[in-house]
Amino acid sequence: MKITLLDYGAGNVTSVERALRRLGAESQRSNSAEHLAKAEAIILPGVGHYAALIRALDQQELRAPLVDALQRGVPFLGICLGLQALYKSSEEAPQLQGLNLLPGRVSQLPASVKLPHMGWNQLKLTRSSRLLEGITPDAFFYFAHSFAATCPNGEAVATCDYGAIFAAVLEKENIFAVQFHPEKSGDAGAKLLQNFLRLAAS
Amino acid sequence: MSLAHRIIPCLDTDGARVVKGVHFVGLRDAGDPVALAARYNAEGADELVVLDIAASRDRRPTFLETIRRVAAELAIPLTAGGGIRTLEDARSVIRAGADKVTVNTAAVERPELIAELSREFGAQAVVLAIDAKLITSLSPKNNPSKEPLQKTSFSPVRWDVMVRGGRESADLDAVLWAMMGVASGAGEILLTSVDRDGTQLGFDVPLTAAISRAVSVPVIASGGAKLPEHFAQIFRKGRADAALAASIFHDNVQSIRELKRYLATHNIGVRLPC
Repeated sequence: MKITLLDYGAGNVTSVERALRRLGAESQRSNSAEHLAKAEAIILPGVGHYAALIRALDQQELRAPLVDALQRGVPFLGICLGLQALYKSSEEAPQLQGLNLLPGRVSQLPASVKLPHMGWNQLKLTRSSRLLEGITPDAFFYFAHSFAATCPNGEAVATCDYGAIFAAVLEKENIFAVQFHPEKSGDAGAKLLQNFLRLAAS
Repeated sequence: MSLAHRIIPCLDTDGARVVKGVHFVGLRDAGDPVALAARYNAEGADELVVLDIAASRDRRPTFLETIRRVAAELAIPLTAGGGIRTLEDARSVIRAGADKVTVNTAAVERPELIAELSREFGAQAVVLAIDAKLITSLSPKNNPSKEPLQKTSFSPVRWDVMVRGGRESADLDAVLWAMMGVASGAGEILLTSVDRDGTQLGFDVPLTAAISRAVSVPVIASGGAKLPEHFAQIFRKGRADAALAASIFHDNVQSIRELKRYLATHNIGVRLPC
């Protein structure tokens, strides 16, 4: 199985590519609608500004083929902005529309804590998780963000608490997403990516 | 459950090799950056910083190759810097595999650089490196305005921003500069005490606490670390979010694993390696 790494120009694709290679997985960078239409599994990495991701998806005409693939049941993993993009919109760029696959909005974490939320934090499991299988509950993951889905709904299988409780891991059928960076999260992150590869192959 | 205090080893390089010195001078070879990166990644370092302290134009391709090779060893975040003067410099470092870039002298000379980088890569990727030095005397040389210093700054003590590898004063208040940098879009401050750097006398607690109180972003304390107590102190009293050191890790004076165990037993939240 080959993973399609959505490379819209601003994400940290190289890090994800390296992490997958360490796990022995084959991946291909792409920003073409044709590749998305034929993809066996898709990873959407993202870091930086929400607007950069959403604008790139629209300018490169990737929005419709991506949504099609997700609705068709293609296994998907969104990372950081790749999680935030699944929602309806984000306070970081309120004029833009997200992929709208999940209800709710992404908002800024409260100013009562230092922002960005930068560094290693732990999760709280809200129900059993396929992505987190075999990972100890006290594992740390690397976060680097100021915005988050602070009204976690049924899709959140794990939350994180930093100024506010927000969705850290989402699972909805074939759609998986994490607010942290598994590609930068040491052994725990590698295990999570391995779980995704296994789920995508099954 | 809370955000862990980070331990960050730093590789000062001449582009290709790790070097070290006291007060930014008297450099000597301290090893292969790729081998050290692999070791720190395995020992439980939370991030790695790689700096090109020579930062000469003709060594640039060598440094980018070093970043590429170091990044290949890491499953933790990588920050790179030294000689980043333009958006294109930053882009080449990020393309080579860095997650964040540090800017120092060039940002003092042209503060717009911070906003340019932040707009392009996001605040989380922009680290403002500040080399700060205590101003001890109220002599006219240090206080050209002849106003009492207390009236014009936040406290009787103040720190000056130093540029060009800590050698030259920028005639700029370090606390003020940190606040300006954050307002422009820096997502983190890497704060080095020029007074403590290389002395192994411990981090500069008053400096770090002053900056940490003044800004809304995480602060990485650097300069002067040797003992585990120094780290405990900078997290507690210095309000640091992360602590950086170089030679004590390179020379095995302090193991990262042991340091984290020490901090955990003293109730300081850290990510313990498995």
